[in-house]
Parts: sequence; structure tokens; C-alpha cells
Amino acid sequence: MGIFKKPSLKAFGRKKQDMPEGLWHKCPHCGAMNHQLELEEQLRICKECDYHFKLSSQERIDLIVDSGTFQEIHPKLATVDALKFQDYASKVKKYKKLTGLQEAVVTGRAKINGNPVVLGIMDFRFLGASMGSVVGEKITRAIELATQERAGLILFSASGGARMHEGILSLMQMAKTSGALARHAAARLPYISVLTDPTTGGVTASFATLGDIIMAEPRCMIGFAGPRVVKETTHQNLPPGFQTAEFMMEHGLVDLIVSRTEMKDHLSRLLGYMMPSGSAVS
Amino acid sequence: MDVTPLEFEKPIVELERQLAALKESSSGQEIDVSKEIAAIEAKIKKTRKEIYSKLTAWQRVQIARHPARPFMLDYVSHCFDDFIELHGDRHIGDDQAMPAGFARLDSRKCMLVGHQKGRDTKENLKRNFGSANPEGYRKALRLMRLAEKFGMPVVALIDTPGAYPGIGAEERNIAEAIAFNLREMMTLEIPIVAVVIGEGGSGGALGIGVADRVLMLENAYYSVISPEGCAAILWKDRQFAPEAAEAMKLTATDLKRLGVVDEVIPEPEGGAQYDRDAAAANLKDALVRNLNEVSAKPVAKLLEERYQKFRAFGEYEDPVK
Ligand SMILES: [Zn+2]
Repeated sequence: MGIFKKPSLKAFGRKKQDMPEGLWHKCPHCGAMNHQLELEEQLRICKECDYHFKLSSQERIDLIVDSGTFQEIHPKLATVDALKFQDYASKVKKYKKLTGLQEAVVTGRAKINGNPVVLGIMDFRFLGASMGSVVGEKITRAIELATQERAGLILFSASGGARMHEGILSLMQMAKTSGALARHAAARLPYISVLTDPTTGGVTASFATLGDIIMAEPRCMIGFAGPRVVKETTHQNLPPGFQTAEFMMEHGLVDLIVSRTEMKDHLSRLLGYMMPSGSAVS
Repeated sequence: MDVTPLEFEKPIVELERQLAALKESSSGQEIDVSKEIAAIEAKIKKTRKEIYSKLTAWQRVQIARHPARPFMLDYVSHCFDDFIELHGDRHIGDDQAMPAGFARLDSRKCMLVGHQKGRDTKENLKRNFGSANPEGYRKALRLMRLAEKFGMPVVALIDTPGAYPGIGAEERNIAEAIAFNLREMMTLEIPIVAVVIGEGGSGGALGIGVADRVLMLENAYYSVISPEGCAAILWKDRQFAPEAAEAMKLTATDLKRLGVVDEVIPEPEGGAQYDRDAAAANLKDALVRNLNEVSAKPVAKLLEERYQKFRAFGEYEDPVK
């Protein structure tokens, strides 16, 4: 517990004994303990290593969207247990209650420094933001709306991959979302994909890596197969930093690694270059 | 080719052994055992029917993975009249888990792509057990674009446990290679027919599987995750793969019911490994028929239908509607 020796709590004007227990969060990247209040203050970025902790979809909206401009679309689209899969219905129920969300992605219209965009934000708290029919459908509708309204598209990904509980229907969401992106691209509209911790499996292998620009948050995990599977299959030691944003940038997948503190500014500057002339506010 | 029987086929094997023993012991003797022989033969027929007419999902997975099952290149030599294999993605290398090239189906020119497994250790090293790296997906797309240039349809034969989960595959962005194919195949201005001939392992299968027609051999499977992987997550134990296979709805008939597969291609009794010629003849018949149908469509209609086909997948409740 040596790392607790000098907690910088003074900034919050509170004494250590005022702090309720259980509000320390261990950084999954470097192991440093970050206090809840401190994390909230610094946009949930680890003070030691710059790792960006997971955000809820609402926190993400608050961070990058012009105040009051977010209009959610299709909020009520609901999950169906199409395969009658063990415990699936009860799991969905549980996560709905736990998160207050209907499903693992929130989509809507928004403005970013005045630029009209269609936005999709995955929320890892809901069943690991795995992609089943509802996630695939909401993302596809968001892409189609952006094409129809000639808007830029921004998708924040975080996902454990395709959702096992909906079997092949989950796999098909990969083709469905990618197909919609083909039409958005044909209309010469910009798509910015932002990868956050962790983006894996069928989401990485579909819309998340099809951005005109692919951004990532520092230190986030990006991969197709999970590191354990890679290790077990290959019987090799994984290289240092394997599947981090920094590693993937070095290997040519990621255009930019952008801190949360500069995310909104970067998004609007990039849109300024890519939106059809006249429609962007730079 | 010798076909090693699977565990659930043991009752048939036992009866066949009895039959052989009876024939052996009675040969050259005076006693008439023709009645006994006929009885065992009838029993074999009945047992075969009992076993093969109600195969479980897991039994089909085992047939789909049978080492004696015909692979992509076996079908090439049985169904196609010519094949010029073309190599390489033009950037990194040539992925031998994903052969591709010009082929003729009767007189029809087409571009053939697919996964190829190996039959022994040596061949499997070369073919990487049918698990392609990014180069395989990129080669496949390069050649599909070539097919588009010269106006010939694409035939994709899918047979992979999954895209390769290797360090190099991740470093060369396997996920992006698959995603890129999904998007680009949606825009290819030529007919595409895909057939799952063995294993349809998740994104690695779909990476060449966006098509106007998706067909499936009777004992093939197509799944978002392997039964073992599903069991490991759900029951924390790979031993429950048979239960997982059932739950995933991964057989050809299940997928036909879910609308993901357009046509189930029948296999000879017990599986394609028992009669390659018959399996290949059925495959060829289905390919010719489906290629004829999709090739008759104007390009704009073809692309719109392909988009809508995949657009429709998914089950959800929409309270607004
Ligand atoms: Zn840290």
C-alpha cells in the first residue's frame, strides 16, 4: 500500500478520513491507485500512466458534444432472445437495471463545435458492449441516418466482440454495419472511428477499423483475438505493449492517439477538413 | 481413402465387423448363413439410418472437422475444369491457407477463393490448419477486384476454424483485413456465391462470406464462436462443447431457418468424407444453379439485394413500429 503514502487529496478540499471506503480504482494498465474524486476531476485519466479509464456513454456525450445538442435516436430498440440461449434474457434484464441503459450502444444526432454529426457510443458496462442484433441495428441506423442527412459519423467503440448469446445473428451484424459504411463512404462523407478500452473481436473486425480516421485513447487495448487466446495458440511470449493503442499505431492501424482532454477539439478540426465544403464549422 | 469412423459411428462399425466375421467363418463351408447375413445387413442399414438421420449439432461439427472430409482443393479438382492458382497479396506474402485463382465451372469463367486445410502435419504447417492471416484476406480481395475488372463471378469456399489468432496476424491488422473485405465485398459489381463446405469459423469465415447467395453443405457448421470457446465462457469448461454446439444454432438447417443460409446442399449418407464424388456433384449442381440465377440480375439490382439481404439480419423489438 506504499503508493498511498502521498495521496494528493488536498485539491478536493477534503481530508483523507472523509473519504468513503471503496472509492479507490486500480489502474488496469499500471496498477496505480486512483481515487474516485481525483479521477472524476481529471476525466478518468490515470495520474501515473495516462491510461484512460472506461467512460459511460453519458460521460462521453458530456465530454465531446456541444451542450444540449444531443438527441438520442431509437432509444427503445430492445433485445430479443432469438436463440432461447441459456440465461440470456435474465442477463439482459440484469444489465438494464445495473446501467439504466436499454442496450450497449447509445446513438443520436449531435453537434461538435457546431458541426452536425451522427454519433454512436458503446458502453462497456452493458454486457461488455458485445454486439448483438440491437447494437448492430442501432449502429446501422446511425450510419444510414448520417448518409441520408449528409452528416459526419463518429463512432466510439469499446467491445468484447460479437455477442455469443445471439449466435450467427451477431456475426451478421459485422457485415450489416460494414455494408452501411460502404454507402456512407460512397456519399463522400467522413467517418471518424474512436477506439477506446478495450476494442476487440467482431467490433474491431468490422466498423471500428473502417474509419477514414481511426483514433484511439492512450493505452487502450485494441485487438482481434484476446491476448490469452494468442498466447495459448502460438505458445509464444507476447511482445511488450502488445495490442495497446501505441503498439497498434506503430503497426499502422491507428492514425492518432488523442487524450480525452483534446478529443473534442480534434474531432471538430478533423471534421473541418473532411466535411463537404460549406457544411463544416471550422 | 480410408475414413476413420467417429465415436458415434461405432455401433455401425461393430455390426460391420460382425458381418465380416460371419462371412469369413462361413466361407468355404457347407452351412447356409445367408439368412444371418441378410439380418445383419438389414440391421446395419437400420442403424445407419437411425444415426445419420438425426445427427446432433456436435456430431455434425465433428463431421465438418473430419480429417478425411473433402477440402477446397478437392472440390476444385472434382467440380471445376480448370484452375490457375494466383498467389500473394502484393505486399507481405502469399497465404497458403487461402488459395485463389481463375477457375472454370463447365464453360463459365469465375474467380475462386477459399480456405484450405492440410491433411497431415506437414501439409497443415503449410496451410496453417486453414486459419488465414491478413495476407489471405487481402489476396482474396485483390483477386475479387480482378474478377470485377473482367466481369466474372466469385465463388468462395469457406472452411476455416477461424482467422489466425497469431502475434503477426495482430501486428498486420487481421481485424482490419476482415473488416475491409466485409465492406468491399458489399460493393463488388459482380455476382458472389459463397459456400460453407466445412467449418464456418466466425469472422474468418465471414471475411470471404459476404455474398449474393450463401449456401451450406448439410454437415458444415457456421458460428460466431467455436463450440469449445462458447463452452469455456459459458460453463468454464470446454468439455461442454456438445451442449454449446446445440445452443449456438450452428447447423445448416438451423441457419436456413434463421435466414442466414439460402440453401442446404445435401451430402451422401454419413457425410462428404464417404463419397467425395457424390458430394462434389451436389456442390457443383448448386453452384451452377445459383450462379445462373444471380448472374441474370442487372448489377444495380444485384447490389441492392445484397445490401438488403445483410441489412435484414438481426432480431429485436422496435416499439415505434
Ligand atoms: Zn495507470
